[in-house]
Amino acid sequence: MAKVTNEELLLSLTTKFGEAIVPEGEPFGLLTVEVNRENIIAVLTYLKAELNFIHLTDITAIHYPEKEKQFYVVYHIHNLVGGIRIRVKVALATADVHIPTAVNIWDGANWMERETYDFFGIQFDGHPDLRRILNVDDMTVFPMRKEYPLEDPNRIDKKDYFFGR
Amino acid sequence: MQNHPVFTDNDPQNETSTLNLGPTHPATHGVFQNVLEMDGERIVGGVSTIGYIHRAFEKIAEHRPFYQITPLTDRLNYCSSPINNMGWHMTVEKLLGIQLPKRVDYLRIIVMELARISDHIVCNGVLGVDTGAFTGFLYMMQWREHIYEIYEEVCGSRLTTNIGRIGGFERNFNDIAFAKINSFLKGFPPVLKEFEALFTRNRIFVDRTKDVAAVTAEAALSYSWSGPILRAAGVDYDVRAQEPYSSYQDLDFEVPVGSNGDVYNRFLVRNEEMWQSMRMIQQCMDKIAKEDSSIFHADVPAFYLPPKEEVYNNMEALIYHFKIVMGEIDTPTTEVYHSVEGANGELGFYMVNDGGRSPYRLHFRRPSFINYQMYAPMSRGMLLSDAIINMSSLNVIAGELDA
Repeated sequence: MAKVTNEELLLSLTTKFGEAIVPEGEPFGLLTVEVNRENIIAVLTYLKAELNFIHLTDITAIHYPEKEKQFYVVYHIHNLVGGIRIRVKVALATADVHIPTAVNIWDGANWMERETYDFFGIQFDGHPDLRRILNVDDMTVFPMRKEYPLEDPNRIDKKDYFFGR
Repeated sequence: MQNHPVFTDNDPQNETSTLNLGPTHPATHGVFQNVLEMDGERIVGGVSTIGYIHRAFEKIAEHRPFYQITPLTDRLNYCSSPINNMGWHMTVEKLLGIQLPKRVDYLRIIVMELARISDHIVCNGVLGVDTGAFTGFLYMMQWREHIYEIYEEVCGSRLTTNIGRIGGFERNFNDIAFAKINSFLKGFPPVLKEFEALFTRNRIFVDRTKDVAAVTAEAALSYSWSGPILRAAGVDYDVRAQEPYSSYQDLDFEVPVGSNGDVYNRFLVRNEEMWQSMRMIQQCMDKIAKEDSSIFHADVPAFYLPPKEEVYNNMEALIYHFKIVMGEIDTPTTEVYHSVEGANGELGFYMVNDGGRSPYRLHFRRPSFINYQMYAPMSRGMLLSDAIINMSSLNVIAGELDA
């Protein structure tokens, strides 16, 4: 099968979903589109079923504290046959970090979504087992959010006077 | 698969028992915990617990300049750290638009393919150990040592290599390094042949591995598998072939593919990949002979640290040294995804950059993490001893699992 170009891909997406697809450019040749939460499952299903994007590469999130919608969930999906990737983003407001799960489309989404929940607190509605995965179960915060510093600024166990300095 | 009666908790007829496999079980080769529900020797259900060695690399990376993130990537898949290092350098080079000279590309391929061989040596050797044959493992270990000696010549360290720099290598390969690579090219094939002779048609080994944990291509794709285990299931996806990076397009190699994704197929695919890696290293050695032997990095003074002698004696070098160390060089505000074919599969780096010296957000697509999630579901109905060799052949590395 011939290689699919970004233009063809974007065209078939906009033909199907119209205004719901917001193109965000092609950084380093990787087509990036933004989709709203209501359409994301339809878009992902369409990508997999009709456009041959069978390999879910990754799901992750980004936190922009200064933006109005602070959280972006990012999907990287790969069409192995056409040799093309796409990046799909969904913006979520801080007060309402809910997004439908993609587990029903790809089994592999399970742990990726758990990881995203674990670090950013994104709630994947319909996920069969949304628990923390890498962090301890009784952790109360979502550590990859920008408001959490790398180290606790109040910790005193590294103060110089403990080391005779 | 067998049908089992379903018992509720505290049912006196419940004959299943709970088995805590791991987190420090000698057969799991790493920190993996699986709480298994057993009916005699057969697994009826299980839950994987991971995260025992989570070290918050993604958070740490947000606070470090690019070149200080390389040591973090060492500690992902520590059986083949050079591939992780190179993958990270290439991500930054893609972001900064740095073009590498051909010789650097070939040197990188040599190091990456050596790393792939050392990783596969461990995986296939350990698979032998878990099926009861220690000889192959010990015999091959000698050659992993040889590969580590090559790393030592190139960068000074062995396991967590921190090899290469953004824009090339920190120093040129010396003659001893090339001599060692040549002796590896000469000495390893007969050993690999013997290793194959020991296992490939070994009755005990074949009985233990054939049709064990077979995975269909559909299931493997649905679980986002990549790397040798996906190819063993019959999908010819290899990043090196599909999206060639670092001049892999110049080389002649084949992507081995299995048929039914069982443990035996994975073993065969890894063995064949070692042969292909040997071919690639040989081709790169031939190509390097035609290149200018003094080139070992790209000409990017704004990102490649100048040698120390120059810093002390040359004004310009001192300025660049200061700028790099203090992070006073602007970087593009954009996002980049780059992936390399790690020993376990597609190792991806997703970096969002805000123009600063450290990434705004860095996410590692770790193949072990994604490959491992099928382990508990696929163990259902398996014998415990089969589940053990299934884990060996998935080659899950704890460092890459937890990041």
